[in-house]
Amino acid sequence: MTIDEVQYNIIEEFSMFDDWMDKYNILIDMGKGLPVIDPRFKVKDYLIEGCQSKVWLHPAFDGNVITFTADSDAIITRGIVALLIRVLTGRTPDEIIQTNLYFIDRIGLRQNLSPTRSNGLLSMVRQMKLYAMAYKAQGSGHTAHGDNL
Amino acid sequence: MKDISEIRSDFPILQRRVYDKPLIYFDNGATTQKPLCVAEAVKEVYITYNGNIHRGVHAMSDLTSEAYENAREKVMSFINAGKREEIVFTSGTTGSINTIAFSFGERFIERGDEIIISNLEHHANIVPWQMMCERKGAFLKVIPVNDKGEILFDEYLKLLSHKTRIVAVTQASNALGTILPVTEIIEAAHSRNIPVLIDGAQGVQHGIVDVQSMDCDFYVFSGHKIYGPTGIGILYGKEKWLSELPPYQGGGDMVDKVTFERTTYNELPFKFEAGTMNYSGAIGLGRALDYVTELGREEIAIRERMLLDYATKRLSAIDGLRIYGNSANKISIISFLLKDIHQYDTGMVLDKLGIAVRTGTHCAQPVMDRFGVEGTVRVSMCFYNTVEEIDILGTGIEKVIRMFS
Repeated sequence: MTIDEVQYNIIEEFSMFDDWMDKYNILIDMGKGLPVIDPRFKVKDYLIEGCQSKVWLHPAFDGNVITFTADSDAIITRGIVALLIRVLTGRTPDEIIQTNLYFIDRIGLRQNLSPTRSNGLLSMVRQMKLYAMAYKAQGSGHTAHGDNL
Repeated sequence: MKDISEIRSDFPILQRRVYDKPLIYFDNGATTQKPLCVAEAVKEVYITYNGNIHRGVHAMSDLTSEAYENAREKVMSFINAGKREEIVFTSGTTGSINTIAFSFGERFIERGDEIIISNLEHHANIVPWQMMCERKGAFLKVIPVNDKGEILFDEYLKLLSHKTRIVAVTQASNALGTILPVTEIIEAAHSRNIPVLIDGAQGVQHGIVDVQSMDCDFYVFSGHKIYGPTGIGILYGKEKWLSELPPYQGGGDMVDKVTFERTTYNELPFKFEAGTMNYSGAIGLGRALDYVTELGREEIAIRERMLLDYATKRLSAIDGLRIYGNSANKISIISFLLKDIHQYDTGMVLDKLGIAVRTGTHCAQPVMDRFGVEGTVRVSMCFYNTVEEIDILGTGIEKVIRMFS
């Protein structure tokens, strides 16, 4: 499936619900399916820290695509991370760098994009793109933080 | 006191809906909503008599200066200060504390001196002192608290020493609600000739404050937490201290005579009011204090106590809800956590039910550390809240527990 196809599916799934409680219930369920980070990576190096909740995000690069695993101490946040990973895991660095994540707007999660809302999607998306850029740069001899770098 | 529906109709925002539900505003500790008369007072400045204060010979400048000084008089009588020279307008509590931490530090702090604060302070009453200590080589001493969230008075007495130069404590904890025994704290410090700053950010709006009978040396608060505009605050200081302290910031209005060789400073309170002040904010604050006075400060305290008791009882009945801060002497704040549910999850769901609460550390990380939590959910009530709103909150919390269990 392409990134756009996955985004389309997510928008479809959320469009069935108008009520926020239902949307949160889907996020809670999605959080349960999150590819959980290896406990040894639940350390400061992989923390996207804010004052609201903690998110750990770990990238692994096989030379072709990046695989993300993650976790959060807040359940709704875990659901949001799960959504992002569903869209961006198993993609090449170029795909991740270039993608436009319009599904966030379309399912009504825009408020979570706010930079003052810690662990807003914005910082997670930024971190995922930074990893992608770092892996891409690795090909041209640069180094950056992350696995296999 | 006015009827509650009449009071609520004074606050236009309380009539609005959010996510198609009536707004229930329980984040008054962060900022209070404004009565229409305050918004109108600010608007009136700009549409009828705006001019820069203390500068012009023209009518608009005179009218604005007069309204600004009139607001100062209102603040003076509201906290029962002795002189208008003792009332300085600032940008807020943070601005006021930074002013004193800097100016007092410059004038009176030497290497090895000590400043006493409590474990209940918010960052605004920690960081400015830390910065000053770093600059001066002084040390911060912290009064510990017990499991109820009350300061240990005996420990405070032990901290007072010949090295102590100033004590700076909050009147009430923004994170837990605990009211501190400020009169006793001041008495003990004064018996050793140590001045005391009281941070009234969470105190001034909940009852009667009389700086003369309290006998504090400095008292600070923010306008926006007492139904006034943002960006305006108060620094009260006894004249004997303010006249001794050097100015904090330099600029227009705080000067007497300026040459490139030397500048002499204006008299009090203008010495501490550099640049164009937030005069519309000051005028709005004056109107807010009038509103609070008209409502009745004793009546406000009684109503808020009723709300606190009702909410404490309602929330305590919820299985799995833990309250942090269990002093008998509290402002209308309840800080809590539910089972192992993250405070952010609780806050996100309550928000969608139309209920505004604060989640996180409440800008008071050391309080959270003391109780071994990363944050809490804080319900901060004020006189315009109702028991019906507390019932809806209770039902909402029960829903949160069901969703995350």
